[in-house]
Formats: sequence, structure tokens, C-alpha cells
Amino acid sequence: MTILNNSDEITKGGDDLIDHHEDFRIFGLIIFLIADGMTFAGFFAAYLTYKAVNPLPEGSVYELELAIPTLNTILLLISSATFHKAGKALLNQKNDISQKWLLITASLGITFLGCQLFEYFNLPFGLTDNLFASTFYALTGFHGLHVTLGTLMILIISWQTRIKGGIITYKNMFPLEAVELYWHFVDGIWVILFIILYLY
Amino acid sequence: MTILIDNKAEVKESLQPKGFLRYFSFSLDHKVIGIQYLVCGFLFYLVGGTLASAIRIELISPLSDFLPRDVYNQVLTLHGTIMIFLWIVPVVNGAFGNYLIPFYVGARDMAFPRLNAVAFWLIPPSGLMLIASYFIEGAAQSGWTAYPPLSITTPQSGQIIWILSVLLLGGSSIFGGINFIVTILKLRRPGLKLMNLPMYCWAMLGTSILVVLSTPVLAGTLILLSFDIVAHTGFFNPALGGNVVVYQHLFWFYSHPAVYIMVLPAFGLVSEILPIHCRKPLFGYTTMVFSIMGIVVLGLVVWAHHMFTSGTPPWMRLFFTIATAFIAVPTGIKFFNWVATMWGGKISLNSAMLFSCGFIINFVFGGITGVALAQVPFDIHVHDTYFVVAHFHYIVYGGSVFVIFSSIYHWYPKVVGKLLNENLGYLHFALTFIGFNLCFAPQHWLGLNGMPRRVAEYDPQFQFINQISSFGALFMAVSTIPFLINIFISIKKGEIAGNNPWNGLTPEWLTTSPPPVENWEGEAPLVNEPYGYGKDYLS
Repeated sequence: MTILNNSDEITKGGDDLIDHHEDFRIFGLIIFLIADGMTFAGFFAAYLTYKAVNPLPEGSVYELELAIPTLNTILLLISSATFHKAGKALLNQKNDISQKWLLITASLGITFLGCQLFEYFNLPFGLTDNLFASTFYALTGFHGLHVTLGTLMILIISWQTRIKGGIITYKNMFPLEAVELYWHFVDGIWVILFIILYLY
Repeated sequence: MTILIDNKAEVKESLQPKGFLRYFSFSLDHKVIGIQYLVCGFLFYLVGGTLASAIRIELISPLSDFLPRDVYNQVLTLHGTIMIFLWIVPVVNGAFGNYLIPFYVGARDMAFPRLNAVAFWLIPPSGLMLIASYFIEGAAQSGWTAYPPLSITTPQSGQIIWILSVLLLGGSSIFGGINFIVTILKLRRPGLKLMNLPMYCWAMLGTSILVVLSTPVLAGTLILLSFDIVAHTGFFNPALGGNVVVYQHLFWFYSHPAVYIMVLPAFGLVSEILPIHCRKPLFGYTTMVFSIMGIVVLGLVVWAHHMFTSGTPPWMRLFFTIATAFIAVPTGIKFFNWVATMWGGKISLNSAMLFSCGFIINFVFGGITGVALAQVPFDIHVHDTYFVVAHFHYIVYGGSVFVIFSSIYHWYPKVVGKLLNENLGYLHFALTFIGFNLCFAPQHWLGLNGMPRRVAEYDPQFQFINQISSFGALFMAVSTIPFLINIFISIKKGEIAGNNPWNGLTPEWLTTSPPPVENWEGEAPLVNEPYGYGKDYLS
């Protein structure tokens, strides 16, 4: 039972335009990212509503330092650029350079997570201290989960970009493009999160 | 991106099971997955129906004598969750969508066959998990809405399993939605224009947009709720400074569109069934498309009409009342289009057509009470009473489930290759229609007179009407028997249907019954006029 639109059996004598189809995986991924973005939108809406209508009780601790998150924002923005470099290099068939840029991107992601953990451990409040604290940890934690998954995926594709036996080449860019799109998305979400949570 | 996918290592034909066994496999064939959705959904419908019978038996008498109170709460929670998330949503979307959409767009399969199979196989485990929670420490007791603080204070294990189960089902729904959007927009055969697609494609496109935009919000909300339950945070717990109304807003941001996720595909299916059996083109195709998209847009901005008694500020009440009343316009357009499609047609009143007519009648009742409920003063009077129960059962049972049965009678000959027995079909329709109206019409009266929903006990003055309602439920339970007999007998002994028993023009009728694995021998037909009935070449 082959249902693949383009396996060998089907292509024999069929109309090419029907039996082959273009690669729609990026389009599907974009729809998925819209859905994922709606999850964040729900969290942001909840946070902003709490801020507007649920004043914290007297004496609640909710101060945030700006130094680490600002550094984190810069790290993520740079990592988007380095990821873009990796894609460019792969398109020029320079797999080794592409792999280097990917590893740089992954290490930026790991540094981000490390800074985030450092911030967590040095904050004066814990998860259940007050409503702001809970929302803060839920939002940054959910975003951090996305960064963790993204970093793992970057490490996997950097291994797959290796020259000998790697499956990602300039002919098969999809894995790299998909992770890149996801990474830019996570980056963009962080910028919104940074503005809403730390600056606003 | 113009790269062609060319994976040689794709699933080999020999690795896929053949015959009956393939329905239990990780099949990638959209037709097999559609049947898997339908049969799986129907099994859960039987479970949910048994629970509904338990509720109606309990309500025969005013005291809670058949079920203990906490078991009654668990039963109504499971009934609601199963019927919505495991029966109607997967069947009107997953089952018929998977079976029909690739035919309608002229494709060999869905855009992402493997994602499609994953989406289906998330459903049985999460459904079994949900049912199993009853036997662990009792199922969730807070209704399908899981409002905090009730959902935080009731026993934890059932509620957490409920959340996990709904998250899995939400994921399944989102994967399905992504697949439908890509398939409908991108996988159309060359020459097939969007405005020439059968109406069900438009309904599924609209539904999938709603699924993709609203389901993730529910997922996020339930994650926050599980934090409240497990980690004792205070998002929705007023005792810890949280806000229950935020939960209600986020929940209804999904769960109001969920009504359209259940009923928009049903609209699409009816729009396929009516023209064929009335031998007339679908009336007002373009208005139909725009009203579907209008419902999608309006459906996203009406959620707070579920919350008129939650301290909602006046401006919000005003906005959501007006927006909700507006939804009646596109819905009304669709209703009149269906009536106009039937008007003056050569109607053959077979089982499929009877269920579709039943849908139109029931849905008008549900729609009228819906517009009434959108008005704040009236809503405050009947909020959380049986009037609401009657209203939404007219929408989801009288609407969606009637269409599911209609569609089964309509497409069974295509799927199986045999015709269903019409006499058993008439019996099934008569029992369902009478039973349904007998069960739910009196509940409007109960609600208007103040009988609260979701409570095992009630004022003895309501006993007689409740007994009428339970009597109707008995009819509904019995109606399943002729249906099942019909299905099983017809597989073996049914009359051979032929490829096109209804003389349909939509693409699924232009192939063999049952269709081959690749949907068509040779090239997919180009159908530019799916509703061109009444022309010379087809009487």
C-alpha cells in the first residue's frame, strides 16, 4: 500500500504533475508555528490580564534584574544570525563551514539556557510565591523548553551536516530550513516575552 | 521551494498489512485512517451513550438513588468529554475529512500521510486513559469545562488524567488541522480552482483554521491548570491571589470555536448530501463560502457569551451579545440555502436524506434558542439550567450527530460497495428523531422553570417532565440497534451498490466502490462543476 505521492510505483506512467508534488513541509511547519504562537498568545493574554486586574498583595517580592535577560536577548538575536550563516554556507555547498556555524548557534542556545538557569537560582522569589512569580516561571519556562528542544535539534542537524555520510546537503535542505524557521520563531517569541515581562 | 520529495526508503507495499488487518495498523492510506477514525469514534459514542443512559436513569427520580452523587459527577464529566473530544470532533473532522478531502482535491492522499496516522493513533490511547481514570481513583468530577476552583479541589488523579487526555486529543486535532489546510490549499490537482471545490472542503478549511488558532490556547490553559493542581501555584485559585475568570476566558476561547469545529464540517457534509438526493445544484455556492468564513471570523470573538454571569463588565456583555447575534446571519444564510436547494428538487426521501432533513429541523431549534441565549437578560435567567443543556444538545446531537448518521448512509455504498437496508434506515431515523426530540425538547421547559444542570437531585415538581425526557433517551438508546444490525448485515448481504448509486457528480463517485489504494486508476478526474445536477446529461 503505497500512498506516497511520489514513490516509484506511482511515477511509472502517471501524470507527473499529479503524482509528484512540491515539498509542502515548510508550509505545514508555518501553520504549526502559528498554532504554537497561539499557546504563547494565551499565556501573554493571561499575564497581561493578571497585571491589569489582580494586584499583588502587600509585601510581595517581584523585582527582576535586567542585566541577564538583556544579555540573553542579545545572545538569541546573534544566534539567529549565525543560523542564517549556516544556511547560506550549506547553500554554497560548504558543509564544514555550515556545521561550524550550527555549532556556534547551538552553543549560544546552551549559553542562553545557562544564563536563564543562573537567573532562576538568583531570583528572590520561587514558583509559588505569588501570582507574578508563577506567571514568570511558567512563561520563561515554557519558552526555555522551546529553546532546549531547538538546541537539541540544532545539535542533531549539525551532526547530519557532516561531510562524510551526512544526509543534509544543499539538495536536502529541509531539516536545516525547518529548524532555522523554528529557531527564528522561538527568538521572536523571546523578544515579545522580554518586552512584556521585563520592560513593560 | 520547488524540491520534489523523493524518498526511496518510504514504506514498502509489502510491509503494510492487507485486508481487515490494515485497520489495526499504522496505515498511511487516508481512506483507512478515515475508517479508523469513524469506527473508533463510534465505539466511544457507545461508551458515551451508555453514560448518558446512566444519567437519564438517575434523573427518573428526584433523589440520587441510582448513582451516588460523586459517581454522577464523574459520569457527566466523562459523558461530555467523550462525546465532544472522542466522538463528534474526530468523526466530523477526522473520519469524513480524511476519507473525502483527498478525493475532492484530486489527490492520491493527504499532504502528510504519516502525520495523519500519528494524529489518529493519539486518539485511542487518550480515550482509554480517560475511561481508565474512573477505575483508578475516580474520574474527573468538574464537568467537561473543568472550571477552577472546583477542578482544583476535587480528587487530583482523575483531573490530571483528564487534562493529559485532552492535551493529547488537542494535539491530534491540531495535527489533523495542519494536514487539512495544506491538503486543501496546496494539493489540488492542476486546473481545480478553489471556488470549484465541493463545499465540504471549504467547511474543513474553515474548521481547520479554527482548530489551529484556538486549540493551542486550551492546551496552554490546561498546562496552567495542571500547575495549579500539582504544584499548588495560584493562577486560577482565588485563595492564592489567582483569577478564575481568566481560566474561563481562555477555556471558552477554545471551547466556543469548538462548537463550530463540531458543526461546520457537518454543514459541509449536508451541503454534499442535499444536492445529490434533491437533483439540484447547491443553492448560493458563493454565499455559502463567505458565510463559512464569516462564521470562522465571528466564531473567534464570541466566547464570553458563556460567561455573562461571571461578573463580566457591561461593555463586554454588549460586545459579545452583538457578536453572537451576528453569527445568526451567516448561519441563517446557510439554512436558507439548504432549503432553497431542496425547493422544487426531485427529492428522494431515503435514509441519508431523512437524517439531513432531521438535521435542518433540529438545527433551527438549536439556533433559535442560541440567539435567545445570546441576550444577556434571558441568559442570566437560564444560565446553568437545563435550557442550556437542551440548546447545545440540539446543536451537537440534533445537528452534528444527525449529519454523521446521514453521511454514513450516504457514503457507506462508496466505502463498502454495498447498499444499506433502507427499511432499517427508516426505523433508525424514526427512533432517533422521535427519541431525540422527546428527550431534549422538554428540557427547555425544565430550564425555564429553574432546574439546574449537573446535579444528581432535583425538585420533585420536575419529576414528570424528567421521566418524559428519560423515556425519549430510551428511544435513542434503542435506535442504535437497527443501525448496528444494518451495518453488519449489509457488509455481508447488502445489495451491490455499483460505483455511483446516487448518480453523484462529486469526485469520490467517479471511482470504483470501494476505491483503489491510489483513489483512481490513472489520472484524477477534473470536476469543475461538482453540483451540476439537473443538466441534460444527468436526470
